[in-house]
Amino acid sequence: MLDQLSISQDVRDFFMSVVIVGAGHAASQIVSSLRVSDYSGAITIIGNEPYIPYQRPPLSKQVLAGEMLLEDVYLKAPEFYDVAKADLVLDSHVESIDRDQRTVTLSGGDLIAYEHLVLATGARPREITLPGSALDGIFYLRTIEDTNRIRNYFRPGAKLVIIGGGYIGLEVAAVAAKAGLKVTVLEMAERVMNRVVAPIISQFYQDIHSKHGVDIRTNVTISHLEDNGNGHVGAVICGNDESVEADFVVVGIGGIPNTELAAVAGLAVDNGIIVDEYARTDDPTIFAVGDCTNHPNGIYQRRIRLESVQNASDQATAAANTICGKPEPYCAVPWFWSDQYDIKLQIAGLSQGYEQTVLRGDPKSAVFSVIYLKDGVLLAVDAVNNPRDFIQAKKLVAARVRPDPAVIADISIKLKDLF
Amino acid sequence: MAKITYIQPDKSEIAVDVRNGFSVKDGAVNNLVPGILAECGGSCICATCHVYVAPEWVDEIDSAEDNEIEMLEEADNVKDNSRLSCQIFVNDDLDGLVVHIPAS
Repeated sequence: MLDQLSISQDVRDFFMSVVIVGAGHAASQIVSSLRVSDYSGAITIIGNEPYIPYQRPPLSKQVLAGEMLLEDVYLKAPEFYDVAKADLVLDSHVESIDRDQRTVTLSGGDLIAYEHLVLATGARPREITLPGSALDGIFYLRTIEDTNRIRNYFRPGAKLVIIGGGYIGLEVAAVAAKAGLKVTVLEMAERVMNRVVAPIISQFYQDIHSKHGVDIRTNVTISHLEDNGNGHVGAVICGNDESVEADFVVVGIGGIPNTELAAVAGLAVDNGIIVDEYARTDDPTIFAVGDCTNHPNGIYQRRIRLESVQNASDQATAAANTICGKPEPYCAVPWFWSDQYDIKLQIAGLSQGYEQTVLRGDPKSAVFSVIYLKDGVLLAVDAVNNPRDFIQAKKLVAARVRPDPAVIADISIKLKDLF
Repeated sequence: MAKITYIQPDKSEIAVDVRNGFSVKDGAVNNLVPGILAECGGSCICATCHVYVAPEWVDEIDSAEDNEIEMLEEADNVKDNSRLSCQIFVNDDLDGLVVHIPAS
């Protein structure tokens, strides 16, 4: 197949094709969106993992818990790629893009020609660079193989130290605590999930984790990771010299966009590959979608980079529409979710820069929402076990409503009645 | 295995075979049936896989759990026969099931 695609420039000019670098949520969605729009050209997905596109959110939830296997989290069944006539080039790494020749080069030297190229390269975990960070037994979580490696350490009583109290760290903590591990979470800030939620939600989650026996320590800096004598981590040493014993360590301190391929090809990069609202880079034949992009958000009127399923899916559809000649600007309310124990957190919108929060409901009931406002405009809603508010919130954020704080605090009033 | 028929707002139909254990959502996304986005992947988070179950089939399907009911209460264009298709799991008894996709 690769040989057939390595064809001369003259022929290639008439060869409709989309080549997608990356095999995650965005790649899977582009295939669907192109074919539903009757795109008739060739589609090739190049992925660096040996698997067909699969869902990442369950990796820190059901897959880690052993409740789901790889085949349970495939985004599409294997036969979908036959139905959709999409070629999968898996376990392959793209070395470079030749923008003049419109080819990508795989690490084995094979060339794949494109008419349109879509970079869906995702993000990778930010790594710690402290002394001892190369010891065995220190893990990050992005791929199913990461999850399997972590799960291999799961046994009741095993000591797990998690560095970072964000979504990944806390979801891993919840699964591990339920499996009987002794879990400690070390967070540098004064509260968990500090970059994404209000203090009242951080407190709610810290209480829930404490109830399940997780030791959450905030305002903690890490000095180094200590060798147990066999080249394997044995303890995490904090800045105050406190030692926390560890049979293994999971690090969840954020992600870094995979932009190197784009940057080397001369595309504009600044905390993500720069794209417009049609997912176009500054090369009209190259698009970028998902976690790896820095894109304009029409609702917040600023450039953002998101690591989320929603963004991967919606931006992929925007790219496909542009490729199919029916461009529609991408302008969506970002949304996110996190499952910890039996608590479902659903977030609509981006709360960064908020000036005021309004509590709706009682955290003691474990069903409540927090509404974020700036200049009177509703920016975002965090819904805890409150799917009704979440579904309504997406529409309110899109409409940029200016609610009366006293009214939205009243749970007898439905959010949709604010319209 | 069950044959599931998806009917679009313009009345066009696609019928596909769906394996037991897969959801009605899976049958749609695996066969390029438009209109069922299922952005969350089937976790009952996003309500983007809303369908109307043909009236004669409503009682044949396991009833919705609280979380799905709460999501549906607030979704657009909801009717008595609305369901989230990621929460309808296929078995042999659902052979012939018909669902309608809402106009978005």
